Amino acid sequence: MAEMILMIVGAVFVNNVVFTKFLGICPYLGVSKKLDTAIGMSMAVTFVLTIAGAVTYIVQNYVLVPIGIQYLQTIVFILVIASLVQFVEIVMKKTAPALYKALGIFLPLITTNCAILGVAILSVQSNLNFINTVVFSFASAIGFGLALIIFAGIREALDTRKVPAAFAGSPIALIIAGILALAFMGFSGMVK
Amino acid sequence: MKIGEKFKKAFFTENPVTGLLLGLCPTLAVTSTAENGIGMGLATTFVLVGSNVVVSILKNVIPSRVRIPAFIVIIATFVTIVDMGLQATMFELHKTLGLFIPLIVVNCIILGRAEAFASKNTVWDSFVDGISMGLGFTFTLFILGSIREILGSGAILGYNFLPETSPTILVFVLAPGAFITLGFMLVGMNKINKVLQGSKS
Repeated sequence: MAEMILMIVGAVFVNNVVFTKFLGICPYLGVSKKLDTAIGMSMAVTFVLTIAGAVTYIVQNYVLVPIGIQYLQTIVFILVIASLVQFVEIVMKKTAPALYKALGIFLPLITTNCAILGVAILSVQSNLNFINTVVFSFASAIGFGLALIIFAGIREALDTRKVPAAFAGSPIALIIAGILALAFMGFSGMVK
Repeated sequence: MKIGEKFKKAFFTENPVTGLLLGLCPTLAVTSTAENGIGMGLATTFVLVGSNVVVSILKNVIPSRVRIPAFIVIIATFVTIVDMGLQATMFELHKTLGLFIPLIVVNCIILGRAEAFASKNTVWDSFVDGISMGLGFTFTLFILGSIREILGSGAILGYNFLPETSPTILVFVLAPGAFITLGFMLVGMNKINKVLQGSKS
């Protein structure tokens, strides 16, 4: 249990997907202009990433390894993730229309979020068991959401401030992300 | 379109990273040294050229409703080739780039070019497009990697030009330095683009 809590703290703060692993930067910069879209995106990512972690674990250990075609990992995983996203979208539309409306537009974007494929491959590489894979995927997604929501809050506040013309838009956003990453470095050493 | 014009676009005004803000994950992650930047850039260029050519050959065969999955399979095939090729020939580089080699598959530059360019143009044009865009990406990664390596470890391409005792700013080779350097690079590139466009009109 203690080990699992350490893993969660590690994945959320110390080895944050955005700030130390550089995964999912495109949506991180793309959908962080407004706080509510950031929250929607974080929820969608958490949902898909957790399921993707579980499914890719099963595919890796019960399909790829027994047949001996691990070298097809990249192709198979990306297809699994793409179809999973479609599947989640269809199921959600039928069973939870309210949730579908809230997350709707973010779901298709998730296929090209490299955090999903990245975390799936990382879990396989570090030989996690099934429960740990699911927990690790979930915690990584929470870390992504945390980073995204903090960033969106700052960017909303930034709209009312004067920024030098040359820095307006993406440059200042990147520099803020850098300062946030600096702040997150303060967590390093907390968990090995 | 003239080839020179195309390269100017890919390197400056429509540079995938500084102009369109695509493919930022590998850009930030692997540029702690100039050498890694070049390695990642060339691996991406190979995949980009390969997928552009194959997509443009098959553009009339692939039904438009399933084109995105089809493109992804084509891209993933080339990524697997690069992954295995690098592992066999350049093991050290493969180890440092690590996770980001399989992640070339979700680099939006590649799918973006397949969808926006290769699926509508001839094989030769798509080939040139792949080369120019790929080299534009490599160029940006090289510049970013060089700046970070010079500031962060006082070296360029692994060659140490500062005396042993001189101070370096370690944060530039760490994660925060990546974001901050790219932010300042965007400012510089915007300025260059303005000058380039100003000279044209």
